[in-house]
Amino acid sequence: MIKNNAPALAPLIFLFAGIIIPLVALKLRSLAYYVALAATLAATIVSIFNLFSVLETGPIRYYFGGWPPPIGIEYVLDPLSAFLTAVINGITFIVLIHAGKIVEKEILEHRRVPYYALVMLFLCGCNGIILTGDFFNLYVFLEISSLALYGMVAAGDKKAPISAFRYLIMGTVGGGFYLLGVGFLYFHTGSLNMADIKEILPVLGTNPVVIVALSLMILGLGIKMALFPLHGWLPDAYTHAPSASSSIMAPIGVKIGAYGILRILLFVFGIKFVTQVFPIAQIITWLSAAGIIYGSIMAISQDEMKRMLAYSSISQIGYIGLGIGLANPFGIIGAVLHILNHGLMKACLFLVAGNFRMKLGHSNINDFNDTLRKKMPWTTAAFAAGALAMVGIPPTVGFFSKWYLVLGTIENKSWHFLVVILLSSLLNAVYFFRIIEKIYFKSQHGSQVNEEKQPIKRSEVTASMLVPTLVLAVALFIFGLLNTLIVKGVLMKALPPGM
Amino acid sequence: MNMSDIYTSAVPLYAVLVSLAAVPLIILSAKRPNLREFWTIAAGVVKFILVLTLLPGALQNRVATVHLFEITPNIQLALKADAVGVFFAIVASGLWILTSFFSIGYMRGLGEHKQTRYYSYFAICLSSTIGIAFAANLVTFVLFYEILTIATYPLVIHKETKEAIYAGRKYLAYTLTAGVFLIAAVAWTHQLNGNLDFVPGGLLQGLALTAGQVVPLFLLFIAAVGVKASIMPLHSWLPTAMAAPTPVSALLHAVAVVKAGVFGIIRVSMFIFGPSIMVQFGLNRILIVLAVFTILAGSLLALKQDNLKKRLAYSTVAHLSYIVLGVGIMSSTALIGSLLHIAFHATMKITLFFCAGAIYVHYHKENISEMDGIGKVMPWTMGAFTIASMGLAGIPPVNGFISKWYLGVGAVESGQFLLIVVLVISGVLNAAYFSPIVYRSFFRKGQAQEKYEKEKTAMVVPLVLTACLSLIFGLFPNLFFSFFKLAVQAATGIFGGPLP
Amino acid sequence: MIDVFVGHYSYWFILVLLVIGLYGIIFKKNLVKKVIGLSIFQVAIILFYVAGASKWTATVPVLEHGVQPEVTVQYINPLPHTLMLTAIVVGVAISGVAFALIIRIYRRYRTLDEDTLLKYMNDDKE
Repeated sequence: MIKNNAPALAPLIFLFAGIIIPLVALKLRSLAYYVALAATLAATIVSIFNLFSVLETGPIRYYFGGWPPPIGIEYVLDPLSAFLTAVINGITFIVLIHAGKIVEKEILEHRRVPYYALVMLFLCGCNGIILTGDFFNLYVFLEISSLALYGMVAAGDKKAPISAFRYLIMGTVGGGFYLLGVGFLYFHTGSLNMADIKEILPVLGTNPVVIVALSLMILGLGIKMALFPLHGWLPDAYTHAPSASSSIMAPIGVKIGAYGILRILLFVFGIKFVTQVFPIAQIITWLSAAGIIYGSIMAISQDEMKRMLAYSSISQIGYIGLGIGLANPFGIIGAVLHILNHGLMKACLFLVAGNFRMKLGHSNINDFNDTLRKKMPWTTAAFAAGALAMVGIPPTVGFFSKWYLVLGTIENKSWHFLVVILLSSLLNAVYFFRIIEKIYFKSQHGSQVNEEKQPIKRSEVTASMLVPTLVLAVALFIFGLLNTLIVKGVLMKALPPGM
Repeated sequence: MNMSDIYTSAVPLYAVLVSLAAVPLIILSAKRPNLREFWTIAAGVVKFILVLTLLPGALQNRVATVHLFEITPNIQLALKADAVGVFFAIVASGLWILTSFFSIGYMRGLGEHKQTRYYSYFAICLSSTIGIAFAANLVTFVLFYEILTIATYPLVIHKETKEAIYAGRKYLAYTLTAGVFLIAAVAWTHQLNGNLDFVPGGLLQGLALTAGQVVPLFLLFIAAVGVKASIMPLHSWLPTAMAAPTPVSALLHAVAVVKAGVFGIIRVSMFIFGPSIMVQFGLNRILIVLAVFTILAGSLLALKQDNLKKRLAYSTVAHLSYIVLGVGIMSSTALIGSLLHIAFHATMKITLFFCAGAIYVHYHKENISEMDGIGKVMPWTMGAFTIASMGLAGIPPVNGFISKWYLGVGAVESGQFLLIVVLVISGVLNAAYFSPIVYRSFFRKGQAQEKYEKEKTAMVVPLVLTACLSLIFGLFPNLFFSFFKLAVQAATGIFGGPLP
Repeated sequence: MIDVFVGHYSYWFILVLLVIGLYGIIFKKNLVKKVIGLSIFQVAIILFYVAGASKWTATVPVLEHGVQPEVTVQYINPLPHTLMLTAIVVGVAISGVAFALIIRIYRRYRTLDEDTLLKYMNDDKE
């Protein structure tokens, strides 16, 4: 175990950037964006570098202020946290490149500087949650990231403040429950350090207090993760947030809650406790399965693309919850891989929605038609790639998430969950091919007669928006083909102890 | 079981990739149709040559293998060109060249829209078909199988009419559901064994399995590959998909896509489960029952179709089940019959579809009742039609006779005499639904004669060629591509037994 | 049995407070009242930590000259209190953001009634 300050680097970069952005902007407003971009790039490089060094040397621990745990706060870079920070920073970097132009369109000038500062704080929170080894510190970062998100949502359209307010209420209640759970755990074990509590819990044995603590923490994180039926805040928040916010929060926002649940269930309490002593893993699996079906069915009936993607997120987050709840190696590999894969897919699709809003001013599915294909051929191609990935066609990433999850369900002999996963990929096909039909094939109402005569001009978005979209679309295939590298190289080392 | 000699060669990979590589070229030359079609043809020829170079090896039981990289832990993305694979690849890639020529005539003759999209997806389809043929394990197979599913979709709805879009939806509903079953089945196999390679004689052979595992797993596989093989009751997408342009119906819905399904059944039955498990758990009887039902019901349904393409579609449904039947009989001879029918049905049915396409381009007629007298105006076309339909009914010397003969001999060898009756009845039914067409076109007078137009060379040449091929293979089944030897080779690899 | 109630009366009081807070959040229609409920909810959690750390016979954890620091029983555990300082800061920040949002909502819709606002959300599609 090497003591090293690498674990604290990424959150600090974002914290520093969050502070420096308003200061720099005093001089020149447009600098804010570039500072944010540079900070994210730096954090991406740092976290990728960290990932490689962790894989080489094993977990790296950093004691804040030099106080060793359990007194002090500890930051831990293990393969799981290193992988996830690399994922969220990397995806956010790509999304932020895209965000520059669309923020200029959707967010008023005087709000842009605080907006980027909020984005930095949000990322600081996300990185902190993943890296910290301390339950209370996790709460603080959870609330930092949530507070930043409330602001990022509220910067959206007319209805955004109401959505943000409802999100705030639910999010705070979630945070409160989590804090309450931490309190129970603290008074029972006398520690806040995850590694420490992991050692103490088996000694103390099963106790109702532990079960209450675990339930409260999972309840709290479940709200942040939008685990069915605690997802109520999500569709409005995603729909009314500015495009940049939704494309930042959709790929990574809810995953943070999922990560928290994974960490607590399997790394702190242990597989035996959560499956046999107190079967909360099974409860999570059932709720996730319900969420998968509910989200998919709701997505089918949506007329607005971002809203459809939001419901699809509820369904996809269910995949992650399902994998975690299965509590076997394949399930966990599937879940963690899906954090990456869904991040890429959703980022790609939300960027496409952003491109549509940029050029069309809306993303109403009913108003899509085949002129779109001629106007924005690359964007629609990226959409098709994202849709194929969501449906789970090989060799896209979506197929491989499904593959590992299916292996996981078969290993547990949970045939009902197998049916759920497979059914949901068919439901995905329904709502994505609905749009593909509209974009690629002739409208059946004959309304295009006039437009057929005059050639449709190509009006694709600018390169700074198009390139990130296409990079993500291509990544869907590349990461799919190379999934074994990730699974073997990282995820198998990131499995919870005892697997 | 004689062990095959494995050597590393990238040729199977190139064979898969060559038409994929043609796609960007096709798209880039969208503005210059001649160049665009040149790329299609060039890719087809190169692909065919590459596949042919694998033929001598496959005949000597030398299997070209290429391992690319791990696609999922411990399972490689791997291609191998064994006898069965080369057999299917030759059929698909050879007929692609002819179909491409025919496509040019058909698409230009009708002035179809979005031809670039059409040729691009056609090329992708062929890539994935060859990928299916050469897949060395189930994961690779799934990969190409699903790509084929998606790549066919734009071709099915090419016309973008209401009917075509409906057909597309139905097609996707059937095939995506099948894909989902396939993933479940493959994952389950993975769980049983940890290995997913196609092993002649059966991968699961020798494992301690219970009927509770084997039967549901087999049914899952059949539900998965049975959709593309259009086993009843999973067939109904195929007649609907006839809304596609005729060359698509010809190559994909008579050769590539549906045969990929049948090929999947062969792979699953012979290379995953293996004859001993199939017989031990009575799985082959499931196949036989399904196949017999499909053969009879498909032929009967074909009788009442007036739309020519729909009639051909139901005929395809029935004939695909001949192949399934041969697999179900579980004897070396019957399997040879099955494999031969893959190739021979392909040459015959593609001829018939080409004819239907040629008629449509000339007269915009799709219904049989409107085809009176057409034979006098389009003698080449209808001549070819007659030969092919004779073959499908099993009349010598056309090649359909040979494959049926081996199926029959296989049935007799394994003592299933009832199946002979089925084969005879279906032969009669075939004659019953094809002869009226031939009769009407040659011996009845109709308005068609009044509008004389010369037959288009780009369409006539391919269909005459395929008809000739059907005749030639009927007389010399080993000519050119050693189909018979290959089939024997494949069957010996699986059943061991002496050469028939 | 009675011991469970009397012995832990502070926790039962906190539970009541928690439920009052949740009640306000869920059932009050006015957004400001919801925020009040939220604050009560948070205060209950803060009190929970403080109550958990309390000891009748102990004093503040400040070292006095001459007293042996090893006798930890004499001192109250300071950690929960410091944690709650952070939690209070978080709570204040949340209330601040909530009120900022409420002001924006009021400026736009001239109402803080949840039902009316939900109607705005659902009716007007753009």
